[in-house]
Amino acid sequence: MTPTGTAPARLRVGWLAIGLVAVLVAAVAGLALGPVRLNPLGVAAELLDLLPGVNVHSGLSPTEAAIVTQLRLPRVVLGLLVGATLALAGGTYQGVFRNPLADPYLLGVAGGAGLGATAAIALAHAAGSGSALDTVRTPVAVPAAAFVGALAAVAMTYALGASGTRYRTPATLILAGVAVTSFLTAGQSFLQQRYVETIREVYSWIMGRLTVGGWHDVLLLLPYTVVMAVVIMAYRRQLDVLSVGDQEAASLGAHPQRTRIILIVAASLGTAAAVSVSGLIAFVGIIVPHTVRLLFGSSYRVVLPLSMLFGGAFLALADLAARTLMAPNEIPIGVVTAFFGAPFFIVVLRTSRRMVA
Amino acid sequence: MSAVELTGVDVSLDGHEIVRGVTLSVAAGEWVTVIGPNGAGKSTLLRAIAGLVRWHGGIDLFGRPAASLGRRERARLVAVVPQDPVVPPGMAVVDYVLLGRTPYIPPLGRESAADLATVDSVLERLDLAGFAGRRLESLSGGERQRVFLARALAQGAELLLLDEPTTALDIGHQQEVLELVDQLRRDAGLTVLATMHDLSIAGEYADRMVLLAGGRLVAAGTPREVLTERLLAEHYRARVRVIDGDHGPLVVPVR
Repeated sequence: MTPTGTAPARLRVGWLAIGLVAVLVAAVAGLALGPVRLNPLGVAAELLDLLPGVNVHSGLSPTEAAIVTQLRLPRVVLGLLVGATLALAGGTYQGVFRNPLADPYLLGVAGGAGLGATAAIALAHAAGSGSALDTVRTPVAVPAAAFVGALAAVAMTYALGASGTRYRTPATLILAGVAVTSFLTAGQSFLQQRYVETIREVYSWIMGRLTVGGWHDVLLLLPYTVVMAVVIMAYRRQLDVLSVGDQEAASLGAHPQRTRIILIVAASLGTAAAVSVSGLIAFVGIIVPHTVRLLFGSSYRVVLPLSMLFGGAFLALADLAARTLMAPNEIPIGVVTAFFGAPFFIVVLRTSRRMVA
Repeated sequence: MSAVELTGVDVSLDGHEIVRGVTLSVAAGEWVTVIGPNGAGKSTLLRAIAGLVRWHGGIDLFGRPAASLGRRERARLVAVVPQDPVVPPGMAVVDYVLLGRTPYIPPLGRESAADLATVDSVLERLDLAGFAGRRLESLSGGERQRVFLARALAQGAELLLLDEPTTALDIGHQQEVLELVDQLRRDAGLTVLATMHDLSIAGEYADRMVLLAGGRLVAAGTPREVLTERLLAEHYRARVRVIDGDHGPLVVPVR
């Protein structure tokens, strides 16, 4: 705190604690609720028991303990990771482009991943080697194709948006992203029309879902999330500097272009990895950072770390809703996040208009 | 020692020559104001000195070639208040002024106690202590201009580049801001290089004036030497009467 009594924006320990509590509550709820309801205290104890060196008796039966640790835990952890990744990427894109509407799919990730996944599904179909459904379940082809497609799309957007005029702006990049997304989505629609029988699968992939495939997806995503988070957290003060625009940031001694590239690469890697394991989950990247902004202030030093925590908690809870609201049927998680996200988005739009006025 | 030494500086933007062969020396502690009609290249010249556009020719800052300075190093020597600074939504005054410490804070690190102390003393100095927690959007034009100045001062630079610092202000606030700059210049030994449109008020505060037209330096000297009916008619295509004021010539437009 400065002697004038007003401290600069900083992540307060109390806020961090609130975020961690949100994550814990979401995790315990996600583990306790489902077709078999378990005692939340027992679940919490079971979680503690997993920690090295801790030995707690949870009071759950061996079957119940197995449901917690083997069935639900990987899915809850995946939800936390995907949510944290998408929220962090969204918050980062909003800072990098100085655009409150930026989301992790801005630079073509959605179009690229969609085309990649559709192509993988269609190819499997055309080859006729087993049913396409089987291919989706083998957790290799579709995520790999989606990942490659997503990164290729971002690379394409960057190559197109960054060349041409010397006076390129972040807006040029966004427009290039729009063009690349439409182009790739057209390709995806074309493939879907050619292989009509794949529509259902492609559709279910697009709506997003967290798999029940055990720890495989978690381990796939984790390194990307970690690398992305480390890079972005290191640069979070630089994002505040970028908020005064490239020219002024440069006059303050910052390197806006360089910072932007580094952050875009980090956020895109994380997003591509998240999308490849979970499909396209809408709105998390927009709602979560904006909620954090409204509650805790707009400095990226605060917004980014808290977005990770609340993004993880939000997606874990959304997944809980997705699998319990209409049990035994599952609602696509993208439907749940958009259902809550769209009305919220309107609210954000209205409040941000008030802020501009 | 001169704070700024320009030798044949050219700047081209999009293939158009905006600044052509400008040679100019600004002594440390001096206030020099650049005037000229719209499109004369005033802002571009300031941006070249700040290293924000590509230029050719020679620019020395405090005896060191500008081209040899790293971005952070240069930001410690030169602070810029642009004509229309970006107001980041939701940012508090204290955070905005702290941005001025960017050239001292490690790129991936955090501010030190010394940085905070500097911010604090700048806020005190500019009567902004009570505004520290306010959002920039909630301030009036005059208050905002003081905050923009505060960020520049927090940079601890000895050269202050002010691009149209008073355009958005009423006449009272124009004087308030310029008086403040003048005091800071005297107290802290700053060098001021400004661009201004209001010729009378420009003449009141500047030690020397420079007239740019079509990117070239066409006149330089004391306000009395530059603000003449002949020069203004020739380069601004303006009919004006120049009257002797207490601190300098006053330029009055006539029909």
